[in-house]
Amino acid sequence: MPNIVVLVKQVPDTYSERKLNESDHTLDRESADAVLDEINERAVEEALKIKEASEGEVTVLCVGPDRATDAIRKALSMGADKAIHVSDESLHGSDMVATAKVIAAAIGRVEGVDLVIAGNEASDGRGGAVPAMLAELLGMPQLTHARQVTVDGSTVQVDRETEEGLTHLEAGLPAVISVTEKINEPRYPSFKGIMAAKKKPVETLTVADLGVDAGEVGLANAWSTVLEAAPKPPRTAGQRVDDEGDGGTKIAEYLVGQKLI
Amino acid sequence: MIDFRLGDEYEALRKTVRDFAQSEVAPVIGEYYEREEFPYDLVATMGRMGLFGLPFPEEHGGMGGDYFALCLALEELARVDSSVAITLEAGVSLGAMPIHRFGSEEQKREWLPALCTGEALGAFGLTEPGGGSDAGATRTTARLDGGQWVINGSKAFITNSGTDITRLVTVTAVTGQQPDGRKEISTIIVPSGTPGFTVAPKYSKVGWNASDTHELAFDDCRVPEANLLGERGRGYAQFLSILDEGRIAIAALSVGLAQGCVDECVRYVGEREAFGQKIGTYQAIQFKIADMESRAHTARLAYYQAAAKMLRGEPFKKEAAIAKLVSSNAAMDNAREATQIFGGYGFMNEFPVGRFYRDAKILEIGEGTSEVQRMLIARELGLP
Ligand SMILES: Cc1cc2nc3c(=O)[nH]c(=O)nc-3n(C[C@H](O)[C@H](O)[C@H](O)COP(=O)(O)OP(=O)(O)OC[C@H]3O[C@@H](n4cnc5c(N)ncnc54)[C@H](O)[C@@H]3O)c2cc1C
Repeated sequence: MPNIVVLVKQVPDTYSERKLNESDHTLDRESADAVLDEINERAVEEALKIKEASEGEVTVLCVGPDRATDAIRKALSMGADKAIHVSDESLHGSDMVATAKVIAAAIGRVEGVDLVIAGNEASDGRGGAVPAMLAELLGMPQLTHARQVTVDGSTVQVDRETEEGLTHLEAGLPAVISVTEKINEPRYPSFKGIMAAKKKPVETLTVADLGVDAGEVGLANAWSTVLEAAPKPPRTAGQRVDDEGDGGTKIAEYLVGQKLI
Repeated sequence: MIDFRLGDEYEALRKTVRDFAQSEVAPVIGEYYEREEFPYDLVATMGRMGLFGLPFPEEHGGMGGDYFALCLALEELARVDSSVAITLEAGVSLGAMPIHRFGSEEQKREWLPALCTGEALGAFGLTEPGGGSDAGATRTTARLDGGQWVINGSKAFITNSGTDITRLVTVTAVTGQQPDGRKEISTIIVPSGTPGFTVAPKYSKVGWNASDTHELAFDDCRVPEANLLGERGRGYAQFLSILDEGRIAIAALSVGLAQGCVDECVRYVGEREAFGQKIGTYQAIQFKIADMESRAHTARLAYYQAAAKMLRGEPFKKEAAIAKLVSSNAAMDNAREATQIFGGYGFMNEFPVGRFYRDAKILEIGEGTSEVQRMLIARELGLP
């Protein structure tokens, strides 16, 4: 009967144009549609699968502005049981270390956590370090980049896949897991789920509620500073090679010219 | 008080179905359409999403939603493709709804759970080869013999009637004569595979090519007397009421197609160039698209309002007929204009607008032709 916390983040839709604010180089949340990050849908799906196999409870945890409630509702409508929403102006611009601290503090409020499941990296910041930092802060084993998860009594086994290869990991619970795109296909919420989600409890907390020092979070306290940001240059037209018997050589010359070979 | 905002749960449903339509239907439906193949895997996913159970109570396996929720789902599906939308529309409002509305508790328990999950499909056989608009002229007969109905006759153009997952067809049949000499019409459930019930090979159609349509023949087809749906002799009133609701659903589907035309055009005119400029910079094109958006918008208001009246339990016959009339016109007009805007590509099957063009015409015909809608509106106005 595992007690699972799933970390979810609201991000700008990857289909819309994503920008940084000109003033402080943080994410411009107004310019794009905000959605539940797809990798988090998979994290929720995995938690629900584990829950459905052996009961238990799934709590969604989200750190984000007020409007992130939409992302939370979506996770609840998929079937999660309840949610914690940490929303606080002072969190604006927090780096990964601060975010991990806040999440760790919030997880501390859920009793008897067996598993924390996160996406391996959010599609906006793409830092991909929060799950590992969180495991350190919580003193739990970290099983990241999972493409398959099996919970068996008080242990969890994970197939970890990275560019370096496939690793089979096993740890005792409680543990922190992060999942990749290959983990599963998330379900669509049903209308019954959507209706039920309206009645599920969402606890809203501030940084002060969590006992986190405001001097540790926010843009001013980040460990790194963005000095300058420029949009990605538009893609150039590319170069066309006509094969007149020497196509291979021409491609090789091009690659050498680009210092790729 | 007037408030056109939709509740959060409706918006969430709309978003969910839109997401499904864009990410799962759009990439594959063109091929199903080309092959004239029924998209079983998409229907299965729609079933898991609970779309087939939207307006039915949870005790019979439904989602506990309402008819408007179904309409929103139909609109969002049809914005991408009409074949999957009509499969849902016919499955719910023609296949399962008569059982929900008129069935006994036992019939509901037997049929609704599988229909609500999309594991099974139901069909509704009203139209006959000899005529659809004048459905009271039904020629199919059913007579009682030894505790069984013996059905003879045929039905034409019946949606969802011949898929691998079709479990039943509800047919209207003449079961006798009323005291005033008119036909007594009743509705009877015929399970698929009943001896004497044959499903003809699928039609070759102009549109809706990934939807399933067949002619049905009944030749001394026997079903238990208990398969009568609702009261004997109430068949005519039953299907009129089913069709009144169905018109709102077809209106929603038509609005989806009309809006899908706008979506496609807005994208295309920002890319396509002619005479050195994006064609979207020409006012002749802009005005076409502005008119298309206006038609979709007003048609949507018409079906929202008809649905609102229906959900409040008020008479909605006229509003439903108006919604069906204007939205099917909007779909047809928008499909024609969208095809024009796409130029030669609009005539190619690989682009969705070509499919929209082929799918639009039936909307002015099915579930009551535009002429029939005008007859209904005129009658509601008390015209002589
Ligand atoms: C793809 C497809 C799917 C269908 N699915 C189903 C289904 O699942 N179940 C079902 O029962 N039916 C179904 N139908 C049938 C559909 O509802 C009928 O085709 C429609 O109602 C029209 O009937 P009809 O074809 O017999 O035309 P008719 O009734 O013969 O009409 C011919 C023309 O005469 C006009 N007309 C008729 N009477 C009048 C009048 N009094 N005044 C002025 N004009 C008049 C009509 O508007 C039409 O233009 C489907 C049809 C198609 C093509």
